[in-house]
Order: sequence, then C-alpha cells, then structure tokens
Amino acid sequence: MAHKNIIPFGPQHPVLPEPIHFDLVTEDEKIVDAIPSISYVHRGLERLVEKRDFIDFVHIADRICGLCSFMHCMGYCQAVEEVMGIQVPERALYLRSIWAELARIHSHIFWLGVSADAFGYESLFMQSLRLRELVLDIIEETTGGRVIFGSCKVGGVRRDIDSETLKGLVARLTNMKADLDELTSVFINDYSIQHRLVGVGFFSKEDAYTLGCVGPMARASGFALDMRTLGYAAYKFLEIEPVVEYGGDCYARCLVRIREIFQSMDLIRQAAGKISEGPIDVKVKGTPNGEYFSRVEQPRGEVIHYVKGNGSKFLQRFRVRVPTFTNIPGMIKVLKGSQVADVPNIILTLDPCISCTER
Amino acid sequence: MSEPQEIILIEKNNLLGIVSDLFAEGYRLVQIGCTTLQSAYELNYSFDKEYHFKNLRFTVAPEEEIQSISVIYPNAFLYENEIHDLFGLTIKNITIDYQGKLYRTALKVPFSIENCPVPEPPKPKKETPPEPPESQKQNSADTKPQED
Amino acid sequence: MGWFKKSPWLLHYNATSCNGCDIEIIACLTPLYDLERFGIINTGNPKHADILAVTGSVNEKSKQILKNLYDQMPNPKVVVAVGLCAISGCVFQDCYNVLGGADKVLPVDVYVPGCSARPESIIDGVLQACEILEEKYAQQKKAKQSSPKSQTNQRQGFNHE
Repeated sequence: MAHKNIIPFGPQHPVLPEPIHFDLVTEDEKIVDAIPSISYVHRGLERLVEKRDFIDFVHIADRICGLCSFMHCMGYCQAVEEVMGIQVPERALYLRSIWAELARIHSHIFWLGVSADAFGYESLFMQSLRLRELVLDIIEETTGGRVIFGSCKVGGVRRDIDSETLKGLVARLTNMKADLDELTSVFINDYSIQHRLVGVGFFSKEDAYTLGCVGPMARASGFALDMRTLGYAAYKFLEIEPVVEYGGDCYARCLVRIREIFQSMDLIRQAAGKISEGPIDVKVKGTPNGEYFSRVEQPRGEVIHYVKGNGSKFLQRFRVRVPTFTNIPGMIKVLKGSQVADVPNIILTLDPCISCTER
Repeated sequence: MSEPQEIILIEKNNLLGIVSDLFAEGYRLVQIGCTTLQSAYELNYSFDKEYHFKNLRFTVAPEEEIQSISVIYPNAFLYENEIHDLFGLTIKNITIDYQGKLYRTALKVPFSIENCPVPEPPKPKKETPPEPPESQKQNSADTKPQED
Repeated sequence: MGWFKKSPWLLHYNATSCNGCDIEIIACLTPLYDLERFGIINTGNPKHADILAVTGSVNEKSKQILKNLYDQMPNPKVVVAVGLCAISGCVFQDCYNVLGGADKVLPVDVYVPGCSARPESIIDGVLQACEILEEKYAQQKKAKQSSPKSQTNQRQGFNHE
C-alpha cells in the first residue's frame, strides 16, 4: 500500500487560463481526495454597489466575467427591472436573447479549443479558435465590443440591429455550420479523443442532483435543467428543448456543448424570424425598492443575481451566485478516484470560470 | 415573464428540520446568501425542484451561531465557508471547514455590519411610493405580488 | 519594429482579471492574429519564458504568486500589463481586495490599454516588449564583457534546461 502524497495543482498551470488551486491527495496514480482553494481572483465587486448607483453598476455587471459577460449584465438588468416593475419592450428582449446565444456559441467554441489543447490536439485548438473569430466578428459588428459587449442596460438595450444585418448574421451562421460540422466531427468520432474522454470522470444523475450541479455538467448526466425554459427574455417566444446526454462522463459533457452550439444557432434563426419592429428601451424612473432573485442560463449553467434595494439610488445588496461555484462540489466528487493524468481533462470538461466564481 | 418569488420566513432553530424535509421532498440547494442589515444579518436559503423556486429566510444577530446544513446538503460547505469568511458569522459543524482560509482578503470580514454600511433610504417626503417602509417590507416580502 | 534575432516566449498569468483579456491573449496566439509568426510561443513554464503578460489588477493572494513567477523567469525579462485592470484597476479600483495595477508589485515595461484589450493592441504591446527585451539583452551582454568576474553569477539564470 502506497502512502498518501499531496500534489498541488495550480494556480498557474498550462491548461488553465485562470488560476484555481487543488491539493490532490494521491495514492500511487489514483486520487483519493481533492481540496479546492480559491480566492486568487477575489476582487470583492459585490460591495461596489456602495459606490456606484444601480444604473452605473451595469458596467460592473458586464465585467464580472469575460466569457459570460452579456449574461451577467442581462441577469442584473432583469433583476433590477423586476424590482422596479419596468416593462422591457419586446424587441429589446429578442435582441438580448440573440446576443446571449451568440455569447454562448463563442464560449462553447472556446471551450472546445481549450479542451483540445488539454488532450494534445494543437491544430484542433487553432481551428476551433479560428472558427470562433467568425462569431466574434458578428458580435463586434453588432455591439462594438469583442468580449465585453456593453450593450445591455436597465430598461432595454443600447443598440439596435437593423433587419439587413440580422439577415446577414443568420446567413453567416448558416455558412459557418459546415465548418463547425467538420470541426465537431473530430471531437465526436476521433479514436484518440474518445480514448481520453469516454468513461473518464463519471458522474451519476443522483450525484449531480444532490450536489446541486447545474448547466452542461448536470445535463450530461441526464438531468434536464435549463433555465431558458423559465422563459426569461425572449425565450418564452422560442421553442427550446434542453440538450440532455446520459453518459455522465467527459465525452457526454463534450457532446452536450457541441449540441448546444447548434441549438443556439437555431435559436438565433428563430429569434431573427420572429423579431418585430419597435422601441429598444424605455426610460427608467425612480429607484429600486424591493428584492428579486433572477435566474439566467449561462454557458456554464444557472446563475443567480440577487438584487435588494431600499429606495435609495445605491443598492443595499447585490449577490451573484455563479454556476462554477456550485459545480465545485461536483468537481471534487468526480476527481476522487480518477487518475492523475486525467485531472486537467476532468477539470476542463467542467468548464471552470474562476473570475466569476470569486467575483 | 417574472418568476414567482416564494420567500418563507422561518425561525433559526427550525432550520435543520425544514431543510431536511425539503431534502426528503427532493429539492436541490441552489444557493445560500447573506445580506447585511442595519444591526443583523439576513440569511437566504434557496431551493429548487422542477423550476419551483423556494427561499427560506431568517435573521441572526452578529454573535449568534448557526447550524450548518452541510450534513444534509454536502454542497452547502462552500457557501457556509464563504459566509463565515465574508460576513464573520459563526457556523457550526461544517463538513469541510476551511477555518477562515477560503477567502483571504486584505480587509477581514468585508461584509460585516461595521464595514458594510446600509445606504440611506430616501426621505419619504418627495416621492411616496405605495410601498411599506423598510421594516415592514421584509415581513411582507413573501406576499409581495410579482406581477409582470 | 525590426526582425528579432531571438524567439521570445510568453508566459501569461491572470492576477484578478475578468477573463476578457485572457481570452484575447489566447486569441492573439491563434490563426487570425497569429503572434507566433514573430516567434512568440505561449508557454506555461515560467523558467522558459521571457515575457510575462499580466492581466487584471493585483490582490492580496495573487501578489505573492506574481512575484514568484517573475523571480523564476530568467534574465533578461520584460513585463507587459495587458488591459485597464493591470494598468490601474479599471472599474474595480475601489474594491476592498484590489491593490491596484500590476506595477504595484512588478516593474512593468509596457502598458496595453483597453477593456478588454484588443488583440491588435496586445500584438503591438508584445512587439514593443520584444524591442525592450533586445535592449536589455544587449545591456546585459555589455555588462558581462566589462566585468567578466560577475559572469558566472549572472549566467546562473540561464542554466535551467
């Protein structure tokens, strides 16, 4: 019987774009326990509500995280609008959904690239990121920013997309499909990738449920949880079916994300077909008085924005509970019993997003 | 559009009982949040079952101890450590207790009552919204209509 | 901007960035922007690196790690602060856990503005860093020639691998 060793993993690690630290307790090559350590990226932005009023705070909500920036902003605006009883125009809701889906596509393609890098497919990584640039071009044309959109505000959106651009946008996404098919077929069919992913990091549906996992991690274990079915923004007008896989391993999580890219493209097509002319914002009067928990589906899962105001210009409390934070217990569970060589893979298939986790 | 917000006010001592009932009913733990009030802390435990969103709420004084629910919901340990580190509340019997090492911040307990002042509510003379004042508002939060 | 004799490698560390600048740095290294045509490769090992790209402002916990990474890099080395957070703290400078820009901890050579910094400006910043690196290299060489005794000490930094 080998004695136990502790291997530190992170915070600076080649496969991790962001710092997270794990103490891996190992016996030979097998991991028996994993202890996460966070707060390398803790800024304390929740307390900035003291210094910025609720309209200004939108810019900070935009910068909670770079990959899901638009969804954070949308969730925050949604919560404030609910508290203040603002009726957002329908066109703004559609535009929000379109941008949210574009953000989901770019986040998932980015994930595909980074995970390809983790199992040693350098050129697949490059190809994924090349495809991602096409999505980023669309985002840049419609919002002006590549990563931080800055297009959402309390009471609506800041920019409109004219119908010509919208048609072109859908056509470009359709053209992209062939390339994307070629790219994702490598992930789905390649022997070596299957060797690295199939059966690795298994996670049962029961565990996913009791450990409170959300997003692709829960859906890959057969637990259909998608906040978009709640019908926030324009999702109530669109047909949406949660993408579910039953494998529960890294391969299933990869499949969920691939299928979600195509689903998002379909949602954008639907939204572009249904969007009607109209105003894109309403004037905001008064100050928030009350509280609301807003739930939004991010690329990584359910995010909660809690807003509480007491009638003053400054919010009393803003709290954000992000999907990675609630996925960490699941991550520990999956790591236990796995091989040391699979650790980067497993951590990546959970798609950790540390900057929003620690805020 | 808006999701109904069900907020149930409970007693601090009943927490474990109610939470284990919810666990038996098949609710999953969504989050545990804390809010700094004028002289107390307000804790929110959010649960969800098939998109039915439910909140338990109670307030504690700064020196009071809270029982951990991580024996029922194992994933609660992160939230409870977070509340301990950021708000300075004492939570007993956490399954994985970081002893205040989860968040290492430059300012100790940044969200405590001393550090985190509650913003002044506006004087009610200029605009008088039909909302009840702050103290009553919390009690009526569960009955507050969330119309579209 | 001339041709560089060396192929400087880049190490990237996220101090407290929101991830936006990080993904732009990664985008820089991929086919559309392609920093690799200048011989710049992203590495995860500080002992292989010549350029340290810091994103995000510095906080209590990342301060020490950033210092460690910098100390592990061989001489000569340059530091590029990417994005507004690494310059001043951006919208987060009032946060209780943010110390400020990367220059609170490290000697920063090049500042790349933008929130998030655009790939074009990151490329420009890194190339400017390359020029500074060449200069530093020349200075180091001169110093070695003028005082051959200190050579052994200075060379220790290069002896990894």
